Amino acid sequence: MKPPPFDHHAPRTLAEALDVLAATGEHGKVLAGGQSLIPLMNMRLAAPAHLVDINRLGGLAAVETGPDGVRVGALARHAQVERSAGAAAVQPLLRQALRLVAHPVIRNRGTAVGSLVHADPAAELPAVLALLGGSVRLARRGGTRDVPAGEFFTGPLESALGPGELAVSAFFPALPPRAGTAFEEVSRRHGDYALAGVAALVRLDGGLRVAAATAACVSAGPVPVVVDVTAACGAAPAGAADWEAAARAVRERIEPEDDIHASADYRRHLTGVLAARALREAARAAVEHADGSAGGYAAGSRAGDGG
Amino acid sequence: MTTRPFGEAVQRREDPRLLTGRGRYLDDLGSGALAAAFVRSPHAHAVVRDIDVADALDVDGLVAVYTWEDLPERLARPLPLLIPHPALTHGRTALPLARDRVRHVGEPVVMVVARDRYLAEDACALIRVDYDPLPAVVGLEEAARGERLVHDDVPGNVGAHLVQSVPSADGREAGEAIAAAPHRLEFRLDIERSASMPLEGRGVYARWDADDASLRVYSSTQTSTSVRMALAATLGLPLPKVEVIAPDVGGGFGVKIMHPWPEEVLVPWAAMLLGREVKWTEDRREHFTSSAHERAQAHSVRVGFDDDGRVLGLDVTILHDHGAYTPYGIIVPIITSTQLPGPYRLGAYRVAFSSVYTTTVQVTPYRGAGRPQAVFCMERTMDRIAAHLGLDRTAVRAANLIQPEEFPYDQGLTFQDGRPLVYDSGDYPESLRLLKELIGWDSFAAEKERAAAGGRRLGIGIGCYVEGTGVGPYEGGHVQITSDGRVHVSTGLTSQGQGHETVFAQIAATELGVPLERVSVVTGDTRRFGYAVGTFASRAAVMSGNAIALACRKVREKALRIAAEALEADPRDLEITDGLVHVAGVPGASVPLATVAVLANPLRYAFDDEAARATQFAGASPPDRPPVAEGEEPGLEGRGYYSPIRSTFASGMHAAIVETDPLTAEIRILRYAVVHDCGNLVNPMIVEGQIHGGVAQGVGGALYERMVYDGHGQLLNASFMDFLMPYATEVPHVETAHLQTPSPLNPLGIKGAGEAGVIPVSAVIASAVEDAEGIPVMKMPISPSELFDLRRAAGGPQAS
Repeated sequence: MKPPPFDHHAPRTLAEALDVLAATGEHGKVLAGGQSLIPLMNMRLAAPAHLVDINRLGGLAAVETGPDGVRVGALARHAQVERSAGAAAVQPLLRQALRLVAHPVIRNRGTAVGSLVHADPAAELPAVLALLGGSVRLARRGGTRDVPAGEFFTGPLESALGPGELAVSAFFPALPPRAGTAFEEVSRRHGDYALAGVAALVRLDGGLRVAAATAACVSAGPVPVVVDVTAACGAAPAGAADWEAAARAVRERIEPEDDIHASADYRRHLTGVLAARALREAARAAVEHADGSAGGYAAGSRAGDGG
Repeated sequence: MTTRPFGEAVQRREDPRLLTGRGRYLDDLGSGALAAAFVRSPHAHAVVRDIDVADALDVDGLVAVYTWEDLPERLARPLPLLIPHPALTHGRTALPLARDRVRHVGEPVVMVVARDRYLAEDACALIRVDYDPLPAVVGLEEAARGERLVHDDVPGNVGAHLVQSVPSADGREAGEAIAAAPHRLEFRLDIERSASMPLEGRGVYARWDADDASLRVYSSTQTSTSVRMALAATLGLPLPKVEVIAPDVGGGFGVKIMHPWPEEVLVPWAAMLLGREVKWTEDRREHFTSSAHERAQAHSVRVGFDDDGRVLGLDVTILHDHGAYTPYGIIVPIITSTQLPGPYRLGAYRVAFSSVYTTTVQVTPYRGAGRPQAVFCMERTMDRIAAHLGLDRTAVRAANLIQPEEFPYDQGLTFQDGRPLVYDSGDYPESLRLLKELIGWDSFAAEKERAAAGGRRLGIGIGCYVEGTGVGPYEGGHVQITSDGRVHVSTGLTSQGQGHETVFAQIAATELGVPLERVSVVTGDTRRFGYAVGTFASRAAVMSGNAIALACRKVREKALRIAAEALEADPRDLEITDGLVHVAGVPGASVPLATVAVLANPLRYAFDDEAARATQFAGASPPDRPPVAEGEEPGLEGRGYYSPIRSTFASGMHAAIVETDPLTAEIRILRYAVVHDCGNLVNPMIVEGQIHGGVAQGVGGALYERMVYDGHGQLLNASFMDFLMPYATEVPHVETAHLQTPSPLNPLGIKGAGEAGVIPVSAVIASAVEDAEGIPVMKMPISPSELFDLRRAAGGPQAS
């Protein structure tokens, strides 16, 4: 379990990194946290000829929060985003999801953007980005483009990132007013990839009735599966919505597969259970949010829960 | 510090070293050695047509490439079949490197030696082996059908078939007793594959000294003495020219008692051939596909019983999957067969097993070694009987227990050591009473009802076992007291973290009357002690512990004799306390053991002040006698050997309370209780630690671990991502109570403790899940997905 030979590039500026990526094309691979890439290389399942190590590009480590959302830089570690009080205030789903990502030592090293680019449908962050309708900013020599989540994840472990491109940041939109989120998952062991997991976003209207409810499912298809359950759960008051009907809608939409840890049937059943739990919890949080403030940014800033 | 630390919860002396990164494991040694790597079969079953190494030769830093063709005659043969047995009629072992056939994914085909491991793996990747794939044989059913053969000359894939039968007191065979019983049941029980999975894999590091024509080998092994003998034989070296050392070993759990591994002979051979140090460190993927697994067994049970649940006849037919080869013989199914009766007096018992070949990794003992299967089988049977009769599960067990006055109890079987299986001592009814009290068995029904009212599902389970420990043939110990008053203890068996440095020192300090700090212990180093068997079968404390005690008693006797002369006293009046030999009741009349050590070794040359006291003009020995009396030896040292007539039998009972989630089918262990009896305790803290570790592995076997082979014989979960060993977060707190019924078989009255914890866990968890769910659990391990399937199959209310 030793990697085959490769060239290690350690650019000191973004421009230099983009030059190397342009020169190496499909033979180049970006190294950020390395939590997925290095094991793949050690098992010789991946053999990039060039590793472009971006760990010296300190400017990419920023987590910027604003009223409209959170922009996470390519070098921001999971732990850094998880601990950011500002990020949690603007979009609480980030912390809710990151706490479920693997183990602390992996979160200390692994990066949020790296997880998005790795595009594992069993991972939490792709589901979060998909649910929130966020985007990934891709830079290449001579330009950048923002790719919306719906177009970014193209298949299992496949994304819209092209040869020569570097994902420099990801943007997670802020929690809308009178909205709440939750993330529920079941894994075999603490910290494992989830057998099933559901991120939920519920928005209420002025009368605290469900205005919109969506769920994003992990391990439920080739890419994160986002299901709009607004119609299924009915425009009921938050406390009286039919979350079981929403769960049924989720079960009908997803396409889980058998693997060595669980059958597709069990995953389908479990995803429904977790969808009901997550939606109910998100609705509860939305009511709380509506009581606290009209705007997520302000509410979160006051919360200031120690980052 | 007490000088009688036997029985005290002394802190482990090895921990400061091991816990602060100062352990020296195999890969910490030989930083300048060449690295070996292996090309291994990617096919479960194939003919090897051709091997083309041409491309690999261009790798910079390549030193050598070896295939079977390159091996000398002694190495080109199949590896030893370590434990032959008359019933193993078709035993087969692998060649160190495959010649023309591979029989499991991971079988070594080519050895590469290079400047470092990276380069060696680069070269491996460039070697092209042309295979002609053959059909794989995976799973017990496929193997037993015998349509596809793993070995062309083994018809039906059956390596061994063994039947043992014990008639009832009135002379009836099991079949007859079952037929005549008031109640009868018949069912099948299955256990899946798992593995020892030590965190440190195997590893070998060899140094050939051409000037001295001697070989030193470090191996991450559970038996350095036997590896040494195997190497001397295989490499044609005189035994005194071979040294084998087991350095710190990061876990064994059984897999490292297997030897010699292909790598274990090939690496030293290459070191000799190349005149260079060579090292191979197994990586995790290799460990999954190239070492050994265990546990896979199916059991067809027929049982007859009376209205009280007393077993009148039991007939068990076992199908055992031993993988592609049988280097360790058929020890695992033999142990299942013979340990199955557990703490019970069975009316009549018949057990038959067939051990079959599959194109998967070979099977050798893993902690518990066939007992988890045996206990799963017996204890599930007890639960089935209870369910059938509507009796409390502990009442059925109580009706069958062997009573304290029945010891020694002969089960009428032949155990794994080829000797009669006779229980030496135990108190099973007391053990059951203690367990019920510890877990609160009798009040659980009310607790379960309360939980059910709140929508929660709880269940309680129980499992009982008897474990033959401390099998022979022997172990030895050497004890030397040097003129600085230090006590040097060595024994040939090896350590994998059990705490031998602590417990053997406790035994020596107690026997000799010296402070614990003055005792040092060396294990697994053939330079210090050449005669040993190894560390397995919960035998180290029983075997080496008693051998060391016997060695100490010899040394003590000699010390008292010499001190008696110096003190002009009768040796019978002397005692040793705190390293001082003194006349009982006469303060001041004493001589330190250090001085006795000086006097024990008459010298001509003084090298320090102490030594000067033993020189020829110092008057240390009377001039009218030879300085070393006839029949005596110089020095204050002694050897002792302990060779028991048969095994000693430890026992225990476990209970657990689990909660199953009605919606997600997750299974959580809320409480886990253990009553354990391993005779006299040398160190209760270490025994508890062994139990905790065993339960942790048992939880893995019950709820998480399995080897998932597909129909092509590919192991689908050969990594720690997908082979789910439990983390600390998955292991429950273990509540423990000890019972001590000393063994009458050995001087210290002790029994083995190493494997105990793991043995009944699958039985206990199955029992508890069944209680929570009201659905029979006949296969282990069980995952949430499988519990979901069981619920659905049972047609019960399925929330969705």
